[in-house]
Amino acid sequence: MSHDDHAHALGHPSSEPGYEEHTHHGNYVKIWAILVVLLVVSVAGPFLEIQVVTLITAFGIAVVKAYLVVKNFMHINVAPRYVGYLIATTLMFMLLFFAGAAPDVMKSTGTNWKKPAWVAAHEAALHDDGGAAGHGDAAHH
Amino acid sequence: MSASPIATTRTTAGMPTGRLAVWWVIASEIVIFGGLLGSYIMFRLSHDAFAEHAAHTNTWIGAINTLVLLTSSLFAVLGHKAADAGDGPKAAKFLYLTALGGVIFAGIKFGYEWPHEIALGYTISSNTFWSFYYTAAGIHAAHVVAGVIIMLIIAPRAKRNFDLHRVELIGLYWHFVDVVWIFLFPLLYIAK
Repeated sequence: MSHDDHAHALGHPSSEPGYEEHTHHGNYVKIWAILVVLLVVSVAGPFLEIQVVTLITAFGIAVVKAYLVVKNFMHINVAPRYVGYLIATTLMFMLLFFAGAAPDVMKSTGTNWKKPAWVAAHEAALHDDGGAAGHGDAAHH
Repeated sequence: MSASPIATTRTTAGMPTGRLAVWWVIASEIVIFGGLLGSYIMFRLSHDAFAEHAAHTNTWIGAINTLVLLTSSLFAVLGHKAADAGDGPKAAKFLYLTALGGVIFAGIKFGYEWPHEIALGYTISSNTFWSFYYTAAGIHAAHVVAGVIIMLIIAPRAKRNFDLHRVELIGLYWHFVDVVWIFLFPLLYIAK
């Protein structure tokens, strides 16, 4: 019995007629090696103690790593196009949530409203540090 | 030997039903993790104290766990490749290796990292940063544990060449768990 016959006997779907999808299996070890190198760079970046470099090596590389995994391991590039739209839609909802909530979360005052604890903390910090500090301690409350 | 992919031929939208379902799960998970990470980023950007608290997380532990998850993702996709080739025993072997990666990840987190941090007084109720830290990492770790359990259920049948399409499906889920960690790692361990 050939492999395909054996698979068909077990209900193995790869032998079913009309099955036309094909997943291209690339060099996964090479992709993994690239991911590991990117991980090393992202860990090494902060040692330079340059904020812009840290942001790029941390978050820029995170985006690249995620892209490599989604494209090469999850094979989204060979999935039907609507899968990409589906994922993009959820990411857009995430951005919509961020845009809608960020003004309330990130600002201490606005039109006809303010956060008394934040404002007090900010003013206290200004008083203590001569204007150099922010309102970070408000995060404790 | 055919290199055609493994999955049920039943299809509702141009792709196997099981794979479509997993993509839907992933889309739902993006909203869950996206809301959490989006909230974290808002607080992180507006509270300098977050950077001070993040300085107490262990970058090396986070990096080791990242390496573990990346490697387990490699095993997952190699399992998918083996399943596509109809080699159930090989696919099962890679599934077990992937699950081992998940066990190591959870073991480091629950066996060393968290107990160490809690012993130092950094608990989920210490402040907003640690609340985010334990919530985000905890929900992610729960997904890791769930993935390991599912793999341990799938692998024995895959080894006997049954339901090989499930190897690809759990792989898809596992890669997503990996992607979430790829973003959690810089947020919680690097941006200090």
